[in-house]
Amino acid sequence: MSIAMPKPSAAVLSRREEIVSALRAIVPGEGVVDATNEMRVFESDGLTAYRQLPLVVVLPQTVKQVSKVLKYCHANDIPVVPRGAGTSLSGGALPLEDGVLLVLSKFNKVLDVDFDNRCAVVQPGVTNLGITKAVDHRGFYYAPDPSSQIACSIGGNIAENSGGVHCLKYGLTTNNVLGLEFVTMEGEIVRIGGKHLDADGGYDMLGLMTGSEGLLGVVTEVTVRILQAPETARAVLIGFPTSEQGGECVAAIIARGIIPGGMEMMDRPAIHAAEDFVLAGYPRDVEALLIVELDGPKAEVDHLLSAVETIARENGATTTRVSQSEEERAAFWAGRKAAFPAVGRISPDYYCMDGTIPRKELPRVLAGMKEMEKKYGLKVANVFHAGDGNLHPLVLYDANKGELEKAEEFGNDILRLCVEVGGVLTGEHGVGVEKRDLMPEMFSETDLKHQQRVKCAFDAKHLLNPGKVFPQLHRCAELGRMHVHKGEVAFPDLPRF
Amino acid sequence: MSANAAAKPAGASGAEASRLFEPTSEDALRDVIAGAVSEEVPLLVEGTGSKSGLGRPVQAGATLSTRKLTGVTLYEPEELVLSARAGTPIAEIEAMLDEKHQRLEFEPIDYGPLHGRERGLGTIGGVVACNLAGPRRLKQGAARDHVLGVRAVSGRAEIFKSGGRVVKNVTGYDLSKGIAGSFGTLAVMSEVTIKVLPKSEAETTLLLRGLDDEAASAAMALALGSPAEASGAAHLPMLTAARVMDGALGNEPATAIRLDGFGPSVEARAKHLGTVLEERGRLEHLHGEESRAFWRDVKDAIPFADGSERPVWRVSVAPTSGHALVMGLRRHAAIDAFYDWQGGLVWLRMESGEAEADLVRAGVSRIGGGHATLVRATDQVRAATEVFQPHAPALAGLSRRLKEQFDPAGVLNPGKMG
Repeated sequence: MSIAMPKPSAAVLSRREEIVSALRAIVPGEGVVDATNEMRVFESDGLTAYRQLPLVVVLPQTVKQVSKVLKYCHANDIPVVPRGAGTSLSGGALPLEDGVLLVLSKFNKVLDVDFDNRCAVVQPGVTNLGITKAVDHRGFYYAPDPSSQIACSIGGNIAENSGGVHCLKYGLTTNNVLGLEFVTMEGEIVRIGGKHLDADGGYDMLGLMTGSEGLLGVVTEVTVRILQAPETARAVLIGFPTSEQGGECVAAIIARGIIPGGMEMMDRPAIHAAEDFVLAGYPRDVEALLIVELDGPKAEVDHLLSAVETIARENGATTTRVSQSEEERAAFWAGRKAAFPAVGRISPDYYCMDGTIPRKELPRVLAGMKEMEKKYGLKVANVFHAGDGNLHPLVLYDANKGELEKAEEFGNDILRLCVEVGGVLTGEHGVGVEKRDLMPEMFSETDLKHQQRVKCAFDAKHLLNPGKVFPQLHRCAELGRMHVHKGEVAFPDLPRF
Repeated sequence: MSANAAAKPAGASGAEASRLFEPTSEDALRDVIAGAVSEEVPLLVEGTGSKSGLGRPVQAGATLSTRKLTGVTLYEPEELVLSARAGTPIAEIEAMLDEKHQRLEFEPIDYGPLHGRERGLGTIGGVVACNLAGPRRLKQGAARDHVLGVRAVSGRAEIFKSGGRVVKNVTGYDLSKGIAGSFGTLAVMSEVTIKVLPKSEAETTLLLRGLDDEAASAAMALALGSPAEASGAAHLPMLTAARVMDGALGNEPATAIRLDGFGPSVEARAKHLGTVLEERGRLEHLHGEESRAFWRDVKDAIPFADGSERPVWRVSVAPTSGHALVMGLRRHAAIDAFYDWQGGLVWLRMESGEAEADLVRAGVSRIGGGHATLVRATDQVRAATEVFQPHAPALAGLSRRLKEQFDPAGVLNPGKMG
């Protein structure tokens, strides 16, 4: 691994025993895990190339315990890494050698379901799908659906501002959260929002907390919006001889005023890998395959399906197939949803990227990746959330042949290209450790310092999840200095007051 | 590049501010803030000043207006994205979108009528800085949900950007949301990038007539809990119903559910929802332009756009608690009220002329919490009142530290948010 983590504090490491017993006094029984073999399961998250045993693992059960653990760690300058289900693909929950790993998996209760106010109050360890399961008997669901939804927890979803295939129509996590309870590094319990809209009428702390990758606070309760499930959903499979035509079709659908529930694209290598794996019925003779899902009242879905079919034909589609049953719709998705493991069958290892680009730049980015394939001698398979421009190139490599670093370099080149065409480094997987050192590709030093000033407002000692997101940690005292001083004119044309 | 300096104050809001700066570039904007920091002159930050009646009055030594930072810098309808400099008139942006059959999905309120001004005077920067929303808030969110990126100058006189131009982006903290709704107290935006969406092809409103507030709350919950995909749910009690659409609805309570989208879809949903609601009261329909006129008036709080300065509160609570809040408050004060967001947004007008902040907030806390913002009152009343909901110490501490980080010298709209 090529990412340098903050140097562990010798002082903390030497006090391990004392720290463990202090934590045991706060969280009794099996809530503190310090045996190496028992900590092993926590040494990495979904980004398995990076591993590190934590100093100690703590599994609190109450908010009070979380508060006490954080207060203790704050007073004793011990770093803390919060962890939900550990499904992060960017190393957001990667432990630190001198850090307490605070695991929220025992916070697993659905506290309140309020159908009249269309919201649910849950603990952060409840899985994303668990929320839908708690409300689906009344026809409701929780909209953001990252593909890890069976396993990932809502607390982690808050940390990463998770997306899914339905983002364009239904928004990301940040658009579906109404309230949070969280604990600051100093141990203060903060409640924001609730069953009402616009949180607290002051600064948008809900917006800042969501997607902050566990660097600002430890979430202990979440209130989410739930929606009435659409009456019907149907999908159409559309094949194109070129990816440009696929891209043009996507633009034309949106220009027609249609916002599909989901709109996914796969390139030829991904289509073949998926078809070989699950026999979804995908055409093998196309360069690009589009899955467009329309959901809503039956009258709307029927109306829009015919419009989409027409648009597809106008944009050079060679095949279109509309799902005629729920089974068929599920089969269409089965291939897409199995795309990652399918690629795993044709390559010993793959490295999943997550940049987002303006949709119209797809042909340019695909062409760029073809060039990079030659440069690195590695292949790429592409799955693309076409509706929102989120690209998941899978770089195929073999770690046993020592190709990891080459694959990472390839991935970094792809992300640089994404930024160059007006896009971003990560659409939904987060920065974590993985893309930390690429942040300067997208942000200037001043941009990053302003982000870190948010951190300073929440965690001035940089104890919560250090080493993630920011390539360089500036001390808050240094960030706090003002570079404009009285009597010192920093700018030549300064207006005089 | 130097900022323009003029001697005249900036409209009604800048009476105390002796100097007006209207930078025409981002660099000039930065220079004005650098000058203010250097000389310790607090700035009143505004666009055109159309929303100067929001927040607490600012004690400033000069006015910084973004009104000359104008122009749409990017509009790509197929990409559903628009960027504009902060001072671009919102009316210009809405007209441009309309031409391509698109719109700002968050349907921002125009505070003009409530504050005794014309409609259409604000800027896109102002809309984002005040995190405006409208009836569609309950389905599609507020301005903050549609901001993809911003460029801004903080109180440190540094230019920074956040976010980007794509919908799906988790690269770094979502500072754009922190800036949205901060009323110019953390940074002054120079440019914003927002998500835009297609306009609805058709629109119908189902109106239930004659319901009291409690029955209306139940009917709205029923409608929103059905698959009708309502994009608006408002209740106008007796006196307020008569004040929208130039009195066309008469003086009978009106409970409204808006359905919009593609023609065949709206028709099917309206039919189904009609069967769900018909037992609840007499059902009427507003189609097309009538429906749009109704929701425009609800959005802009026309029932209280009375040319007076009687205090008006905008209260956000759990939707089913709105009517209980009003019932409770009526025991202690003369108020007039109507509801948006399924009852979760309560508009209150204090008939006596007293703001009664403690009373209103005690009421909010009694029904389970939320927040109350005083959105209309005289300068004197707003100077003497916590206009925004006071927060518990832990949250208040975070807000204070955030302000100190972004504006350590306290030059940006000091006191505006309390």
